[in-house]
Amino acid sequence: MPSPAPLLRMRGIVKHFPGVRALDGVDLDVHAGEVHCLLGQNGAGKSTLIKVLSGAHQPDAGEVLLDGRPVRLANPTAAMRAGIATIYQELDLVDGLSVAENIFLGHEHAALGFVRRREANRAAAGLLARLGHPEIHPATEVGRLSPARKQVVSMARALSHNARLIIMDEPSAALAHDEVANLFRVIRELTAQNVAVVYISHRLEEIREIGDRVTVLKDGRTVAVGLPARETPTAEIVSLMTGRDVEYVFPPRPAPADRPEVLRVEGLTLPGRFTGVSFTVGAGEIVGLAGLVGSGRSEIIETIYGARRPSAGRVLLDGRPVRPGSTRHAVRLGMGLAPEERKAQALLLEEPVARNITLAGLSRYARFGWLDRRAELAEANRLAEVLDIRPRDVRRPVKTLSGGNQQKAVLARWLTERGAADGAGGLRLLLLDEPTRGVDVGARAELYAVIRDLADRGIGVLLVSSEVPEVLGLADRVLVIREGRLVHEAPAAELDEHRVLDLVMVAPHGTKEGSGD
Amino acid sequence: MTETKARTTARALPGTARLRLGRVGETRHLGLIVALALLAVVGLITRPENFATSDNLVSILALASTIGVITVGMTFVIIGGGIDLSVGAVMALASVWATTLATQSYGPWVMALCAILVGTGAGLVNGILIAYGRLVPFIATLAMLVAARGLAQRISDRKTQLIRPENDAIVELSTTRVLGLPLLVYIFALVVVVGWIVLNRTTFGRRTFAVGGNPEAARLAGIDVRRHTMLLYAISGFCCGVAAILIMARTTTGSSTHGDLYELDAIAAVIIGGTLLTGGRGSIIGSILGLLIFTVITNLFILNGLNTSDQLIAKGLIIVAAVLLQRRGLVGRRA
Repeated sequence: MPSPAPLLRMRGIVKHFPGVRALDGVDLDVHAGEVHCLLGQNGAGKSTLIKVLSGAHQPDAGEVLLDGRPVRLANPTAAMRAGIATIYQELDLVDGLSVAENIFLGHEHAALGFVRRREANRAAAGLLARLGHPEIHPATEVGRLSPARKQVVSMARALSHNARLIIMDEPSAALAHDEVANLFRVIRELTAQNVAVVYISHRLEEIREIGDRVTVLKDGRTVAVGLPARETPTAEIVSLMTGRDVEYVFPPRPAPADRPEVLRVEGLTLPGRFTGVSFTVGAGEIVGLAGLVGSGRSEIIETIYGARRPSAGRVLLDGRPVRPGSTRHAVRLGMGLAPEERKAQALLLEEPVARNITLAGLSRYARFGWLDRRAELAEANRLAEVLDIRPRDVRRPVKTLSGGNQQKAVLARWLTERGAADGAGGLRLLLLDEPTRGVDVGARAELYAVIRDLADRGIGVLLVSSEVPEVLGLADRVLVIREGRLVHEAPAAELDEHRVLDLVMVAPHGTKEGSGD
Repeated sequence: MTETKARTTARALPGTARLRLGRVGETRHLGLIVALALLAVVGLITRPENFATSDNLVSILALASTIGVITVGMTFVIIGGGIDLSVGAVMALASVWATTLATQSYGPWVMALCAILVGTGAGLVNGILIAYGRLVPFIATLAMLVAARGLAQRISDRKTQLIRPENDAIVELSTTRVLGLPLLVYIFALVVVVGWIVLNRTTFGRRTFAVGGNPEAARLAGIDVRRHTMLLYAISGFCCGVAAILIMARTTTGSSTHGDLYELDAIAAVIIGGTLLTGGRGSIIGSILGLLIFTVITNLFILNGLNTSDQLIAKGLIIVAAVLLQRRGLVGRRA
């Protein structure tokens, strides 16, 4: 059990952003040598809280105490000096530098400005050994390491700053299954040395395995402090997080029908990613691709869309071949994509919502390249109305919207009417890659309803999601991808979560189960 | 801080600026206009007898015209996420090619066409190398800068080529005045207006912002980013061709030494005008205001008989000041 005096104590932290109260009185106690898990839905305030803790944001109210003394974390350097290190999802390592150079970046072993390389390498080797990874060589270029090993280097960097508190933001998200076990081993090494870890993850089973105590955030407030990580029932945690007992609400699935084929994929191959993938999607059908991160599911979608060029195979939309490697052709034939990384791949964040909506169908509001801005605005307004994008003002920069509403703007992009006479609109196939990532639970249900509604209008939908319940609940038919191959295909109603997880994972899933329920 | 400021502005102007979907907010270039006005005041105080004369104002505009046309093209390229270092050299090459004895024998129209074709061609080469050859814009256009200058020297044998009397129609662009202004100022104005319309009222312009702001999102929205990028450099090259005609008119020559360091003035004007060097945001009006500020400063230094070295120092300071002010949201920044 942790000692009574907490290493870190946060009291009543408040943080405003224009129009949003991101944190509204958050408390957090972390003891030395414990793994403290931070749980909450997207938008609950987890990211903002860790940014306050890492010195990236300044709280508007509240206090932070380290060892019982109030501290001001004015910037990331100050936080680092206070012994707080953060390991972000996107690892902030410099690929072109060596392991040792990365570990000591900013506080190099140097004499008169000259780096003492041998000394740095020796110290780095020591830190890596402390983390149980003596096999990572300090002189290796970081760009050559796997994501899992990069994470170890990040942790070694934290240790090099004598960090007493390490914040890990979804450290397992980029890791394969066996690498997670290794991550946990490293975390145990850290806590054994009395380092505290604040661990953020959406995966409850991980929290049960590695966590000591849990703090739950909801809508910028702490709703539960210091729950025992292993004993608290799942139902209780979920209801704390959501304020309701069921996490997913799916629209009813229509009875299976004979559907004309929209998409046909034949023997599609992208070396190193996926091989010989063939399937079809019918009009009005939602087909889910289930698979682990790295199984090739996102790449399959991107290749169908023409964002990647396959080495073999072909894609037919309504019987017409899609030109490989041309997103423009795919869009012209009637495909739309909501990509995985909404901000990086879909949105012009500074631009108004309206311009984001009309981006793909711009020529529909133009004659000989001349924009009819009134028609453009009217169409954006209409779609904002149809999809219930809030706030309704389409002139706001899209970056001011919540994740769910941003995603609706991306979907709206593909629903613009082709021509007034055409009626049905041009969209034939909608490709969705993680459509609810970063979207809170209430908004998810809305998105599900929108997606089902689109399908009911005769659009084929191909869906990728890391969340198995989402695939099972939303899709009519499920394709299971494992290591770049299509290994199973079945109506969603005939599958359950365990069966899919079995199919998805090669190794028997020992670490994931166990101490859970 | 910027956000608060922008919101205050929006509240202060309920009817007009807020309702605009476009990027033409009236308040946007206020800082630049104020700066220009201040410079004019300085001119009026230091040289009351010379500054506000029509001769002087005409010479400022004529001076600004050549680089101004180039600046329009540069604005497109920079908003689209690139940079074009070759503009001065391409203009020189176009002026030389258009004034060879062979070209001159076909008359002034062919000379003008030749300048534009050479400029556009060089721009296309830049564009193809960058968009399809995946060269970094800085490197591709740096190579073009060196090579175009060399080719211009080769063609002209490093001699200044005079425009022959029978082709004086070209020179008349600078000598003929309509409503007190030389024709070349009207050409400059036409390029600005057309450039503004293309950037702000066409699908091409809108896509330029998308390509510069988030190329991956643009590609996944079905925009042919590579073709678009190529066209942006072709536009820049086209503008260099037009600028070559203007400089031929002003100097009555074609020369491989024309347009030395124009690329720096053009880039500086674009940046002062509030266009992001990283792409995705910017405006032609801003660039032109930036250029006018530069030109007026040059003019003030000349009128006051000051050293050209001091003038360069002043310009350097202005670039830094403009960027610092923009970062604080005081000058020409969009909410």
